[in-house]
Amino acid sequence: MTRPRIATASLAGCFGCHMSFLDIDERLFELVRHVDFDRTPLTDIKAIGPCDVGLIEGGCANAENVEVLRAFRQQCKALVALGACAINGGIPAMRNQFSLQEILAESYLDGMGLDQGQIPNDPEIPLLLDKVYPIHEVVQVDHFLPGCPPSGDAIWTFLQELLSGQAIRLPYTQIHYD
Amino acid sequence: MDWISLELTAAGFYANKYCCAHWRVGHPPREEAASVTHPPSPSEHALARQGSAPLDLLQILVDLQSSQGCLSAEVLEEVSHALSMPLAQVRGVAEFYHLFSRYSPCRYRVLFADNVIERLAGMESLLIRLCEHLGIDPGKVRCDHRVMVGTTSCIGLSDQGPAALVNGLPITRLDAQRIDAMAEHIEQTIPVGDWPSEWFQVTPNLLRADHLLAEPWEVGAALGVLARQGAAEVLDCLDQARLRGMGGAGFPTASKWRSCRDTPADRRFVVCNADEGEPGTFKDRLLLQSHAHQIIEGMTLCAAIVGANHGVIYLRGEYAFLLPGLLGVLEQARQSERLGTIIRGFPGFSFDISVEVGAGAYVCGEESALLESLEGRRGNPRIRPPYPTQRGYLGAPTVVNNVETFAAAARIVANGEEAYRLAGRGEPGTKLHSVSGDCPRPGIYELPAGTPVRELLELCGAQDTGAVQVGGAAGTLLSPAEFDRRLGFEDLPSTGSFMIFNRRRDPINVVQRFTHFFAEESCGFCTPCRVGTALLRDLADKLFQGRAAPRDLDDMHRISRLLKSTSLCGLGATAPNPVLDLLHRFPAQVQARLCRADQQPAFDLDAALAPARALTGRDD
Amino acid sequence: MTAYFQIDGVPIPFESGQTIMDAALAAGQYIPHLCHNPEFRPHGSCRVCTVRADGRFVAACTFPASEGAKVECASDELRELRNGLLQMLFVEGNHVCPGCEKSGACQLQAVAYYCEMLAPELPHFFPRRHVDASHPDLAIDYGRCILCELCVRASREVDGKSIFAIGGRGIKAHLLVDSPSGKLGDTDMSVHDKAAHVCPVGAILIKHRGYDRPIGQRLYDQRPVSVVGDVIQAEETRDD
Repeated sequence: MTRPRIATASLAGCFGCHMSFLDIDERLFELVRHVDFDRTPLTDIKAIGPCDVGLIEGGCANAENVEVLRAFRQQCKALVALGACAINGGIPAMRNQFSLQEILAESYLDGMGLDQGQIPNDPEIPLLLDKVYPIHEVVQVDHFLPGCPPSGDAIWTFLQELLSGQAIRLPYTQIHYD
Repeated sequence: MDWISLELTAAGFYANKYCCAHWRVGHPPREEAASVTHPPSPSEHALARQGSAPLDLLQILVDLQSSQGCLSAEVLEEVSHALSMPLAQVRGVAEFYHLFSRYSPCRYRVLFADNVIERLAGMESLLIRLCEHLGIDPGKVRCDHRVMVGTTSCIGLSDQGPAALVNGLPITRLDAQRIDAMAEHIEQTIPVGDWPSEWFQVTPNLLRADHLLAEPWEVGAALGVLARQGAAEVLDCLDQARLRGMGGAGFPTASKWRSCRDTPADRRFVVCNADEGEPGTFKDRLLLQSHAHQIIEGMTLCAAIVGANHGVIYLRGEYAFLLPGLLGVLEQARQSERLGTIIRGFPGFSFDISVEVGAGAYVCGEESALLESLEGRRGNPRIRPPYPTQRGYLGAPTVVNNVETFAAAARIVANGEEAYRLAGRGEPGTKLHSVSGDCPRPGIYELPAGTPVRELLELCGAQDTGAVQVGGAAGTLLSPAEFDRRLGFEDLPSTGSFMIFNRRRDPINVVQRFTHFFAEESCGFCTPCRVGTALLRDLADKLFQGRAAPRDLDDMHRISRLLKSTSLCGLGATAPNPVLDLLHRFPAQVQARLCRADQQPAFDLDAALAPARALTGRDD
Repeated sequence: MTAYFQIDGVPIPFESGQTIMDAALAAGQYIPHLCHNPEFRPHGSCRVCTVRADGRFVAACTFPASEGAKVECASDELRELRNGLLQMLFVEGNHVCPGCEKSGACQLQAVAYYCEMLAPELPHFFPRRHVDASHPDLAIDYGRCILCELCVRASREVDGKSIFAIGGRGIKAHLLVDSPSGKLGDTDMSVHDKAAHVCPVGAILIKHRGYDRPIGQRLYDQRPVSVVGDVIQAEETRDD
């Protein structure tokens, strides 16, 4: 039997979920005995290949997020929304209370201390979406693991159950939205 | 703000519940009034006419909307003080009803009826045309406070639409020419009362009469039978006739009346539900316009049986133009001792009827929401039990029946239950159907219960019919395979709406309009309806625009199930019907509209990038 | 003789006039709920307490208990419905739990945890709603309001002030504050009012005490709402 491949990515997030993933600590050794890692900041592989599990941290705030997310969806058998931002936009989605115009003007034109500001328009910079979107509004998501971040224990429980093909049930103290 | 003297609107007539002669045309201009010592403010006028209890709040606001053209923040504060009611509560009521305007006042307020039938008849382009003439955006008051143009839900004129309310008065048969002329009248400041009267013509449009309406109503016929035979016999007669509520729910009428009569109380009420809001329904308009005596007799009959001394007709705000006529008929009835303290043939029994006017809220057709509205509040449905027959208007046992039910009860008692039973085909009685849409003869058809859909389509001359929506937005969407089904409680119960769509119409578009209707009309009280109707609307838009994936259909099913199982009232429980009918009955059309991706974003990706592109000047 | 009905097969005693919810809570049987509070008249708006009584879906908080009734509460079907309702409440507002002072002591969260809701899997509305911080001791974040009307009822029935009401309708329904400006600071609301303590979510917040319990020690961190009880009971037993 081939070893399951896992990929991870952080979209509009803070990498906190990835840090929490590292918080499974010595259990990482056990994990790497059973799985291979594809694209993830841990391997520094830049392009994703066919995978069994994709863990997505962060919501979609710009066109690049959408592109990465779609690539993950195409390549992954199971896609997981990992953490609050992937699930409902999280903290970045607090910008949805304002229009993009208001936000960019405040940040780059009218904000305190700005002189002759201009809205960045370098084509290198991904275009912003009008809002930050939860990833399940862009692609189909198979599993949700809440938390800001989900605790290392919750991630460990989740991965164990997912990889063993069981129904995923987290103990009470491992379900939290913050 | 300059005082704007509003023209006489029919809505204003309602001002005195019993005697329209006391209603004055408009109010004195404020500037002039200022020279007099402490003249009463508009809200004081309204209070003087409508009463000053919190229960009168809705009628006070209707009065003020009519006289002031809007409910400004100042007016609401005055009302709050005068009624010693929290301002937030007054605002809450003002924000609930469609026909209230909380914008700044304007001389002309044009509200296009936005039902699917009017849309298919070109209402959108007419609205845009009018807005272009006047140089305004829909929904916004022009800066000179002259005019605003917006939309409202179906106003009960789909047989002679497109139609619009101008300062509360309906203008029918709108076309480009009429729109152009309206714009000119508005720019020339011609009072609505001086606009050509043919614009305001609402024809009764009864195209087929049967048991209920074929013979003219002989006033006193039903009450005569009651006097001779007694209440028990009359209730038995209604039982044997198997008369059921005509508003759609179909509850046995005699059982309802008995339940009210048998609930111990020192007072009881009879309420006539004339809040005909189901899109595409206008048969009660005809009854109120041309057969009010029959309705009144049905209500009196009910009152005499259950022991009520007061009746209320809750008239939808959109039908305020029927008010003068209705008040006239009530006055005639009083003059001839059929209403009031002395009722001929019934010594010791007194019964009178007042009219209360709604202000645009479909949910108020639900009987308990209607009672809330009658008591001056937001039209939220009540928790049941207790049912209105146990605890209804002002806490007293109350019968709430539809206009057609009262008219039918009167006819059955007058002509005997056998005639009623024989009038039907396979089930008793007849039913009024409001026919609109793609047919050469839209109007009202009284048909035997149990008549197949196909026969009504033939009667009205419909050809090449692709779909029929029976019973309004909450009813049933039929595909041609089902045109042999029968209109009646046994098969296809109906509120009386019958909307016809030919094969060139897009059923997805039709259903999309209904989802917008429900989202617009949900009262917002319970979670599933408040959120679910908005979710279904967005999903239907997505499907219509060709952006929906198979997964979105699963979401539609899931949300529909939630609405059906957990909603507080019938609005939420029936709101998914058109969506479910579309998915079940028009699968080919739905499949053809799906996009092939597993999932498409819930939003339009290009549209979501548009602001950033505009702000950065990029086109990638 | 005591009358009984059953919830998931467990006999529950009741007195005439009690609702399913009243009797269940009195018997220590938890039914998830948000808008219900035994101190106020039943409301029936959140529908989270939907159960099946003799086959019919009803709200436990408003439906009268009756002899011999068989009530289903914990079936998969009801769990799924309840989960859906909770998801609706999440997507219609702006519930950014990581940025909310009430997090950990929020009844919406707690009930969702109890119902094992992992995520609101519906499109989010992201409504634009403001924050009213005009009152010296209280703040309202309208984005978190779930329209349970507990504050409306508490202010009217207990405080005798009627500071809150509901405006708008449909998805645009919203909380109104009783002052010409619509600001809480312009009312006579006091931090000691009942209405200041009944909010099950972070919509009405008491200022100057945010994040006063460390994570792990907050109301619902260790034990579920079925054991801990409602926010309002916990608020009243707070030692400060």
